[in-house]
Amino acid sequence: MSNRISTDEVAHVARLARLQLTQGELERFTEQLGDVLEHAADIEALDLDGVTPMAHPLPLANVARPDTVRPSLDRDEVLSQAPAVEDGRFKVPKILGEEL
Amino acid sequence: MSESDLPEGWELVVGLEVHVELATNTKLFCSCPNMFGDEANTNVCPTCLGLPGSLPVVNEQAVHFAMVLGRALGCTVQPSVFARKNYFYPDMPKDYQVSQYDLPTNGEGALELPDGYVVGIERAHIEEDTGKSTHVGGDGRISGADYSLVDYNRAGVPLVEVVSRPNMHTIEHAKAYVSELRDILLATGVSDAKMEEGSMRVDANVSVRPTGSTELRTRCEIKNVNSIRSMGRAIDYEAHRHIDLYNNNDAPRQETRHWDEANGRTRPGRSKEDADDYRYFAEPDLLPLDPTAAEIAAIDEAMPALPQQRRRALAEAAGLVPADVALVVERNQDELALAALAAGAGGAGVVKHLINNLADGAGQLTPEAFAGLVSMETRGDLSSTQAKTVLAELVANGGQPADVAAGLGFEAMDTSELEILVDGLIADNPDEWGRFCEGDKKIQGFFVGQIMKATKGQADGKVVNQLLASRASSS
Repeated sequence: MSNRISTDEVAHVARLARLQLTQGELERFTEQLGDVLEHAADIEALDLDGVTPMAHPLPLANVARPDTVRPSLDRDEVLSQAPAVEDGRFKVPKILGEEL
Repeated sequence: MSESDLPEGWELVVGLEVHVELATNTKLFCSCPNMFGDEANTNVCPTCLGLPGSLPVVNEQAVHFAMVLGRALGCTVQPSVFARKNYFYPDMPKDYQVSQYDLPTNGEGALELPDGYVVGIERAHIEEDTGKSTHVGGDGRISGADYSLVDYNRAGVPLVEVVSRPNMHTIEHAKAYVSELRDILLATGVSDAKMEEGSMRVDANVSVRPTGSTELRTRCEIKNVNSIRSMGRAIDYEAHRHIDLYNNNDAPRQETRHWDEANGRTRPGRSKEDADDYRYFAEPDLLPLDPTAAEIAAIDEAMPALPQQRRRALAEAAGLVPADVALVVERNQDELALAALAAGAGGAGVVKHLINNLADGAGQLTPEAFAGLVSMETRGDLSSTQAKTVLAELVANGGQPADVAAGLGFEAMDTSELEILVDGLIADNPDEWGRFCEGDKKIQGFFVGQIMKATKGQADGKVVNQLLASRASSS
């Protein structure tokens, strides 16, 4: 088993992603993520000087659209999809994490 | 107390992050209108609502504006990649914001302030705006709210975030930076730059350090400043808060704080997450941007005159330094100034009147009439008070300065008349004159005042002073 990542680090990443993991899952994902990092380390070991980092697998850039307005969705239809609505807006629960 | 006064021994360190909404027709990644003030949730579509299966396509005009702004700030425009910044917040329905991270569209640049101070620009990257939340219940603040209401009209509006280096050390420089950036945005047409409508939003990173030190201490990021003035107040408050903490053997903790304009203080918001916690990664749904050298050259070619160049041009024509003419350029009156100078007026007079007497606009005043007026005043045909009166009339109703002056009864006073008045005054006040001749500056005002009274303010103060000086040197 790789020790490239600790269960604490995986628990931290899980918390950031709002994932609730059991102890068993935590251990399993730690091992799996370790394998992924192991693979990255294999690539890192190669001589990659002069290889441009690839941001995207497609050999394309600058795909853009003209700045022309097209119709938006009907508001009533949009809001009808929401669990709660007030005053033409989405009603969401109290936002946590901003407490004094 | 001046705002920039910190207690002895402390230096202010400010870096600014300015979010600028671009003046495009549509949003950054979808064709919904980019429109301020529309009814809530009317400018939304699957892409800006983050609905499953929707895909972003970048707006070419937004990219163009971003590069124009970059070039106006002297930035290197470079190949760039969009990245996802992951965090959970209801005003961002995708649960990530599309931004740029390690490869922003605009790399390093610089912005020169009117007084010549240069603020470094670290980067100016493209990102999407978030929706707008209104907190309901409690006192309207997030912390006390019962729930929040979200309008996604603003979600996906194109932004450029201009990040400065933390190399501003006075509040005046921080304010001048924002003002200069706003003028650049207006000159280039990249944004309408309205702080009160949020199309230009400033976050100030504030810390302090002992004078002479080069360390960067813990900073706090101040949000919610809605004007240049409140930014100045917020920085001042925050710097003093830090100094108080250090003086009490405590230290600030790195966090976001909100400026409370009504109470004149900052309050803690969420503690600042580390950059790593955003788990940035390249946005797989968007392709890289890779502008050609020809595109960048075309942007440079089409660049309008920027405030810095306009200040230099006017200062040179007027025989002054750029800082002297900053206000004239800020008010977009440099064209009038240059025309008046070309018509033969003296630089100092033109700039003086523009700054002091033409703040509300030039109305019916033509450059020729302006030049004529300044020349009359320079020759001594009009006193400065008279010139101001004539100028006001030219602004209100137009016409030629000589006609207006004559109509107001402002005939150039013959110096010989003034000489008689001055000699009479000297003869009537021998004690005062003695003090004047001994160099008592305070008594000078008495003589000038008496002459002004006798001429009902028509005399030119400069001429009176010259006459007094020449009489004193010959007595």
